[in-house]
Amino acid sequence: MEAIVIEKIILITVILLLSLVIAMYMTLAERKFAGFLQDRLGPNRTGPFGILQPLADGVKLFTKEEIIPANANKMLFILGPSLAMFTACIGSAVIPWGHDLVIGGRTIPLQVADINVGVLYIFGVVSLGVYGVMIGGWASNNKYSLLGAIRAASQNISYEIAMGLSIIALLMVTGTLSMRGIAVGQAGNLYGWGPSGMAWNVFYQPLGFLIYLICMFAEANRTPFDLPECESELVAGYHTEHSSMKLGFYLFAEYINMFIASAVVATLYFGGYNFPGQDAIVGSVSPFLYTLIGVAALFLKISFFLFFFIWIRWTIPRFRYDQLMKLGWNILIPLSIANIVITGIVMFMAGKV
Amino acid sequence: MTITQSLFYFLAFVAIFCSLLVVLAKNPVHSVLYLIITFFAFTGHYILLNAQFVGIVNIIVYAGAIMVLFLFVIMLLNFNEGTETHKPNLVKFAGAITGGLVLVVLVASLQTLQQSNPVKLNNADIGLVKNLGKVLFNEFLLPFEVVSILFLSAMVGAVLLARKENN
Amino acid sequence: MESLSNRKKVLEQKPMTFMERMYLPAIFQGLSITIKHFFRKKPTIQYPEQKREFSQNFRGIHSLKRDEDGRERCTACGLCALSCPAEAITMTAAERKPGEEGLYREEKYAAVYEINMLRCIFCGFCEEACPKEAIYLDGDIAPANFERDTFIYGKDRLLEPIHNKVQNS
Repeated sequence: MEAIVIEKIILITVILLLSLVIAMYMTLAERKFAGFLQDRLGPNRTGPFGILQPLADGVKLFTKEEIIPANANKMLFILGPSLAMFTACIGSAVIPWGHDLVIGGRTIPLQVADINVGVLYIFGVVSLGVYGVMIGGWASNNKYSLLGAIRAASQNISYEIAMGLSIIALLMVTGTLSMRGIAVGQAGNLYGWGPSGMAWNVFYQPLGFLIYLICMFAEANRTPFDLPECESELVAGYHTEHSSMKLGFYLFAEYINMFIASAVVATLYFGGYNFPGQDAIVGSVSPFLYTLIGVAALFLKISFFLFFFIWIRWTIPRFRYDQLMKLGWNILIPLSIANIVITGIVMFMAGKV
Repeated sequence: MTITQSLFYFLAFVAIFCSLLVVLAKNPVHSVLYLIITFFAFTGHYILLNAQFVGIVNIIVYAGAIMVLFLFVIMLLNFNEGTETHKPNLVKFAGAITGGLVLVVLVASLQTLQQSNPVKLNNADIGLVKNLGKVLFNEFLLPFEVVSILFLSAMVGAVLLARKENN
Repeated sequence: MESLSNRKKVLEQKPMTFMERMYLPAIFQGLSITIKHFFRKKPTIQYPEQKREFSQNFRGIHSLKRDEDGRERCTACGLCALSCPAEAITMTAAERKPGEEGLYREEKYAAVYEINMLRCIFCGFCEEACPKEAIYLDGDIAPANFERDTFIYGKDRLLEPIHNKVQNS
């Protein structure tokens, strides 16, 4: 009992620190890659290749003046960014980060909590994420902030439906709601041939993956769906009035959300910690190394999706608000319902039911 | 007192305290936020009963979607403490009588209450999603489908009401 | 209506085809374009370390010239200050004392010669106006600074160093 508590505390600390560091360096990566995609170099003055830039930004944000508007609701004004940060951080609890780690005869599962409704937990956390934005935006007592908050709320609610429906089709294939169960289910080989560790759900659910990906962008408030924080119409939207580290928390929460969303999509659709040919080397390398390769494979997939977030951001312009709603309600939701029906028919024909 | 028991008392306290605040808070936005905390306390209770699925669905549906819509409407209407209309005496009188009647009913029902055996779960895993699905789709298939038809009709009705008459 | 120039083109707005309405091909096209730029060589010049060569007729910071013997050419006639459209130049004239012939070429010289680099527009009119070929805008870009006072360049910073000219001649 004692040992498992220590294990979990260490695991939680490592994951939390990791997500914070990754979020920190995502800000640098975003600016660097934005530079590269636009034939520029990006920040490169603080340290070699600008690797100290996030620290400089952090110091800048911390030392800025804290301003709380006179007519703002003080408690909710501070609660908003805190909630955004909180909901961003708790999402990582159900993600399986690797095969079981074996150290000195002890088996340590690399997952904080293997609850049997893991996918729904992620979904619940995502749906709570909108509160940080809404409360912060409303408490600012500023019309632009309120509009940004309301846009965020309506956007999140609209895209949650399509997201949930696309996940239902995935759950029909996997037959489990547990994140670890889904990851384990992708350990086999694809359609009965090829190397092991390739039975990724994206090959069984291509349309579902596409819908999920689009909804993931919308839920993370990233371009082309970053209407809540659009600068040109809403003067930065819900965080117009927030300054100093409260603004920093909002920006930070967005990057942590991106990291968690990438981890979730890698686990749900891209095999998680499974890597091609894993059954061939499971006996020949030490179990510790095997786990390490699995974790590295997962982080490789996560990095790809993080890069994809940035890549999309600097390629596609923002949607107009009516286009956003039309895409969500008129296209994605019918498409995901059709996906459920098709999945059911195919599974019935293949005799999987 | 075991951990479960102390957790239960804590969650029960939070739930009742926040439900009272929902009614007593002057600012409607605060009321909604207290209601959200109440829902979280409920989720805690569900998890204590090992009903993880219901707990999570409670968060997704009530805290995550319905309360967001409530908040949405209240923020758009922008109620303030000052906008509360003055109520006529007749309404106050009717309210007092109704409250008194509710109290009478409550007291009467509490009087006839006997101490029952503590609820014992015959199967501790009955709240897990697997068992829940089996029960829903075997034993209660007909009510389940009827409920879904009810929701469908409600949805169609809402769409009909929301559509503009083009004549 | 009949077009007069006959060059009018009627743009036909076709309804989008299914592929176009799907957006996805266009999105992939855009992604491929941006990723091409990702690997492209960057044209950035890392300024303080690397510098691009100035063009032949670049006009930078002024320098007050000396003649072959290392004497100041300027005679404080004030034509440069007069021609300056930004009124950036001021000077105080002084008479050359006996024994100072090695320092100043003319009998009258500029005791104080100041150019305000914040006012200067680097037009080069002073250079053209000078009858003694004493001022040229052949220096670098005016460097940035934190205080406004430091942008008023006196003779100490404008005058050409003496040893260059003596060694050259």
